[in-house]
Amino acid sequence: MNIDGDNGIPDNDVVLTTRSRLARNLADHPFLNRASDMQSALVMQTAQRVLLDAPLSEKTLWMDLDELTPLDRSLLVERHLISRHHSESSLHRGVAISSDEHMSIMVNEEDHLRIQVIQRGSRLDETFEQLMRIDALLEQQLDYAFHDQWGYLSVCPTNVGTGIRFSVMVHLPALRITNELAKVQRAAKELHLVVRGYYGEGSESTGQIYQVSNQVTLGRTEEEIQEEFSKSIIPALIDYERSARNVLMKKNSMLLDDRIQRAYSVLCSARLLKVDEAMKLLSRVRLGASLGHVDCSIQTIDELLVQVQPAHLNQQAQSTLSDNDELEYRALIVRNTLSQQ
Amino acid sequence: MKCDLCNKPAVVHEVSINNGKKKEVHLCLEHAQAAGVAIPGQQPINKLLTKFVIGQSPKSTGKECPDCGITFAQIKRSNLIGCPGCYNAFRDSLGSLIEQAQYGASSHIGRVPNRKHTPSQFELRAKKLMNELDAAVTAEQYERAAILRDRLNKLSTEVQADEDEVQGGDGGS
Repeated sequence: MNIDGDNGIPDNDVVLTTRSRLARNLADHPFLNRASDMQSALVMQTAQRVLLDAPLSEKTLWMDLDELTPLDRSLLVERHLISRHHSESSLHRGVAISSDEHMSIMVNEEDHLRIQVIQRGSRLDETFEQLMRIDALLEQQLDYAFHDQWGYLSVCPTNVGTGIRFSVMVHLPALRITNELAKVQRAAKELHLVVRGYYGEGSESTGQIYQVSNQVTLGRTEEEIQEEFSKSIIPALIDYERSARNVLMKKNSMLLDDRIQRAYSVLCSARLLKVDEAMKLLSRVRLGASLGHVDCSIQTIDELLVQVQPAHLNQQAQSTLSDNDELEYRALIVRNTLSQQ
Repeated sequence: MKCDLCNKPAVVHEVSINNGKKKEVHLCLEHAQAAGVAIPGQQPINKLLTKFVIGQSPKSTGKECPDCGITFAQIKRSNLIGCPGCYNAFRDSLGSLIEQAQYGASSHIGRVPNRKHTPSQFELRAKKLMNELDAAVTAEQYERAAILRDRLNKLSTEVQADEDEVQGGDGGS
């Protein structure tokens, strides 16, 4: 079992990424649902100047989403650097991204600022620490909307107070096979957690990958929420999934191995692959990689999960692929990557 | 005044300037909602002016936020708050909405801003221009409003140029 994680990424047999994010709004500016064109442009100009000026990361890139092609915007969505909502909105909007892609700050998404730090594996403490450092830097330059009773203000009552949201993206194939996922979802609900799909709000789960986040942002300190996530919620999710994997290994190891090897064989030989099929098969191979059943690193599979997405394929092919070409190119990328393992 | 598209009373009044010509649109609630308030195909100035000239429904008895004009009924319907000022304007009603969303929590105990922010040159100048723009729209001086809007658009570049000049000057001395 892969407790230390492959390639030194902690707990990545179950945890793909951990993320901390803050919702922040500027004082004296209407929220975006009430802002005029000029007012949203003003928020963007104010934020852009500060984001490029403050030492937020070694190298920070600023992108005006209106100036990007739809393909470039989709690339950012597929890399989880902006949300689908941000990509598709018609407002003046932009994003600041650190060149290592750990930090992204969406301007004029639902709130004026959505600051996030994301890391591979279970590294919530690290992301939280970086997020607090970035927030402190921005607070020196920006006047945040703050209320004596409700703390940092947001357009949505679900984000007031700390404005902090922790998320962990977990791979739970064994819980799915053993039909225990519903139990986990019920427990999550009782703990006031929300379980979403691969692309967050409004998305379906693909390849048994789920995003689990806190719902309560008020009445507790940032540290209390973070500690519960780091010390209770993430370890519990990891334990549940690992226990289910152990049960499967003991009770039906041949059936499990058969599923993994079939998925691996299809990925190594398929000539045409749809994105959903690729995700489903990669999910099984990911389980195989974490159990040592296939000769492939978990990190390679995680990278493939992004590379098989439509915008990434089009970018890599450096042309606009037709639907059929996309299926062929996806299969080719997967075959080539797995054959190099 | 009646709606441009039917006989119902108009509740949304939008004024736009195109090539120096003033154009007015008056819509009832239904047609305004159908049009998304900001009518497509017009210049950005329309969206700007909409904020200042949206009429109030004659039937509306709810209190409005003095800063952004939203009513609590609108907030409740969309679950979206209009501006930081709404939190004081609707303090009591919002309290229960927040408690509901936050599983009973009602007060912030986390971090507070640790430093009173000093406004930058950009913010000060932008605020001054926004106030002038507000006054111009109230006085129906639409051509002046358009000029002020353009100045606001260029402000970022101007402030940057000023800062570069200051830095350049320091470097030379």
